[in-house]
Amino acid sequence: MELWNIFIRSIFIENMVFAFFLGMCSYLAVSKKVKTSVGLGAAVVFVLTITVPVNFLIDKYLLQPGALKWLDPSFADVDLSFLSFIMFIAVIAAMVQLVEMFVERFAPALYASLGIFLPLIAVNCAILGGSLFMQQKEFTQVSEALVYGLGSGIGWMLAIILLAAIREKITYSNVPAPLRGLGITFIITGLMAIAFMAFMGIKI
Amino acid sequence: MAKKHKWQDLIKDPLNENNPITVQVLGICSALAITVKLMPAIVMALSVMVVVAFSNLIVSLIRNYIPNRIRIIVQLLVVATLVILVDQILKAFAYDVSKQLSVFVGLIITNCIVMGRLEAFALGNKPLDSFLDGIGNGAGYGLILIIVAFFRELFGSGTLFDYQIIPQSFYDLGYVNNAMMLLPAMALITLGIVIWVQRSLYPQLTEKE
Repeated sequence: MELWNIFIRSIFIENMVFAFFLGMCSYLAVSKKVKTSVGLGAAVVFVLTITVPVNFLIDKYLLQPGALKWLDPSFADVDLSFLSFIMFIAVIAAMVQLVEMFVERFAPALYASLGIFLPLIAVNCAILGGSLFMQQKEFTQVSEALVYGLGSGIGWMLAIILLAAIREKITYSNVPAPLRGLGITFIITGLMAIAFMAFMGIKI
Repeated sequence: MAKKHKWQDLIKDPLNENNPITVQVLGICSALAITVKLMPAIVMALSVMVVVAFSNLIVSLIRNYIPNRIRIIVQLLVVATLVILVDQILKAFAYDVSKQLSVFVGLIITNCIVMGRLEAFALGNKPLDSFLDGIGNGAGYGLILIIVAFFRELFGSGTLFDYQIIPQSFYDLGYVNNAMMLLPAMALITLGIVIWVQRSLYPQLTEKE
């Protein structure tokens, strides 16, 4: 049940977008149409589900203080944790490259509509944020990290699809000119975040 | 070759008409998460300014030697190295603040301002221009951060830099801090209002339908 707990928490209670504002840039820029946002959301889910457990293993067996003990007992007090940023981002960049080639080969239409935002997943804060929060949460097993990655990805996807649905409708309403576009989107997201706070009281 | 840029424009434009947050829509994530108090916001703004300026400078210096296909990874490595430096310095000299910023120092790596400026400016311009562009964009980012943090701290906790601003007599009369302002959601709405005000003052920034 512990895994279910992590899964539900990462989708609703600790939602990447509404609780930590991660991945805002692409969240705002790609959420004009539901279709593209589904595509980007799926890509984010995929990349997060892979990178979080991979980075978990790297953190556990290479970077943490004393993590190199399995190699040789004399490495027991080596602490490489200051290298974690650079290792995480390298793993993420490599994975994103892989996803990009995959999408280009098998879904060219999606590739064209995602445009610049596919390579930019590498610099999507939600992805690196997932790995950094994973490090902070001190999971003990790789399955926990996997479920956490999957859940955060789904939470992000849920958020971007919800916003895209609202934005498709809002084009028909009469928004004050200076608020049009970015301004109103921020305020909508803020209201959605307040709505999501209703989940905070839930204990699983 | 790159066109000539006026140096004062490089600094001035990102402060207002080409602000990274409200106009270019870059670097929103961190702008919202660490603006509950003024102090972390200022530290964050300075860190970002340093990282943007120096990564712009370094990438601009080596721009002619980076193969196009792997440029993103090269840029990420340059940025990550700088961020590690900043992170270690903060941990050494400002431990409390670096605890408050938590993962957001690391997230400067993926802050879109850094990558956005590298892609849009440093890859095609001279080192000194790029450096100034980095300073300008960092300052524009910091400006918005400080505005948002100012309002959130003042109305949310009644303090600025942790000093009590709203006098005790107000509280005696029944004034209550607006705890809403401390919630993440209000950061979004505050920023929405900042954008609204800015675009009302400068109608040329309004988005076309």
